[in-house]
This record gives sequence, C-alpha cells and structure tokens, in this order.
Amino acid sequence: MSSSNSANVGIVIVSHSPKIAEGAADMVRQMVGSAVPLAWTGGDVDGGLGTNVAGILEAIETAWSPAGVAVLVDLGGAETNSEMAVEMLAEDRRARVVVCNAPVVEGAVIAATESSGGSSLAAVKRSAEEFYA
Amino acid sequence: MHDVNAGRAAEAFATLSASAVLVNPVGLHARPSVKLTQSAKGFAARIEFALTADGPWTDAKSPVKVMRVKAPQGATLHFRVTGPDGEAALAAMLALVRDGFGEA
Repeated sequence: MSSSNSANVGIVIVSHSPKIAEGAADMVRQMVGSAVPLAWTGGDVDGGLGTNVAGILEAIETAWSPAGVAVLVDLGGAETNSEMAVEMLAEDRRARVVVCNAPVVEGAVIAATESSGGSSLAAVKRSAEEFYA
Repeated sequence: MHDVNAGRAAEAFATLSASAVLVNPVGLHARPSVKLTQSAKGFAARIEFALTADGPWTDAKSPVKVMRVKAPQGATLHFRVTGPDGEAALAAMLALVRDGFGEA
C-alpha cells in the first residue's frame, strides 16, 4: 500500500454510467488501496448515459504508468470507444494499453489486486479475464 | 554447476503446512480475498490453501480463484507453502486468517 504507485499497472474504468464508474473506482480504492494508479470515466459529452473518447483518453492519461494501463469496460460503446481511444494514443503508448474482456466492477477490483502486487500488464489482464474463463 | 545448485535449491525448501480457522463473520468474501492475495503476492514462495488437508489446492496469489472457494466462517484453511521465504509467508497467512483479516 506504499508509495510505489506509479510503477504498478494503471486501471481505467469505463462505464456508460458515471455513477457506476465512480462507484467501481470507490470499491477499488477501499478494497485494494492506493498502490495502483486509477481513473474512471462515464457518460457522454452532454452528461447522459454513454461514453466518449475524449473522456477515456483523459482517464488513460490520469492512470498512466510505465507498466501500462488495463481498461475495464461495460457494454458495446464503452468497448469500441476505448479501442478508439487506444488507437489515438502515441505509438509507444498504444502497445501498453489493453482493454480487458471482463466484468467492469469485478474485473476492476481483480485487476487492481493483481496490479498492487506488482504484476505485469499481461498478468493483470489475464487475472481480470479469469472471470469469464 | 548450475544444475547442481538448482537441485540444492529445490531440496532446501521443504513444504511447510499449517491451518487456521476463519473467524470473520462473512468468511472469505471479496475483501478478505483481496487482502489474502495481496499479502501472498509479497512472498516468493508458492502459497496454496484448501478447505481440507488433502486439497483441492487453490493458489493464494490468484484473487479470482481465492474468491471462488467461498470459504464460510468457521471453515479451516489449510495452507501449504514452498519457497525461500516460506516460513514468513506461512506466518503471514495464518496471522491474517486468525485476525479475521482486520475485520471486526
């Protein structure tokens, strides 16, 4: 739970609902602690339900870590917009961001748990995706 | 040379085992599972646990697998640990369980 924050894989939570995204982030902070860079985004640009690429890019920036960033998404647009955001990143960063095929709340907690132990981006993704395995 | 050393290293780490009873009211639910895996990940040793002394064994460093066990209050967690820091790892696991993972 110490200071090695930025060395661990970052976690980004993307939901159509800002309340869900924020709530999932609260769960991560309370259950896993603060040893993991974390950011959330939700809602469209008008404040309605949805996701937007700019918000996702900003969240990735906030949670950025040299170890990479794992993105947890809920439905359809959250995934396609996240993939679009990843494509818009600088080339050297693009390879260090993954969108996980995992449930957004559970996946975020598990991914953060894995990350807090200093695991690699691949291990973080694998662990989150164990939910659907 | 390397092979000899590797052989010695493997021999040096006996598997340690011990058990503790889950005391916290909700058992090994999400939050304790996270604490258990976080603590386990701090050790190099292989750490596994089971609800009986014969297994099946669960990797204590895998949060998803630990949660799937759904161990209830009163269950006995049997640990087996192998590695260079095995003793400390086992002590840490037992302390967590006995303290109810810091929950009231």
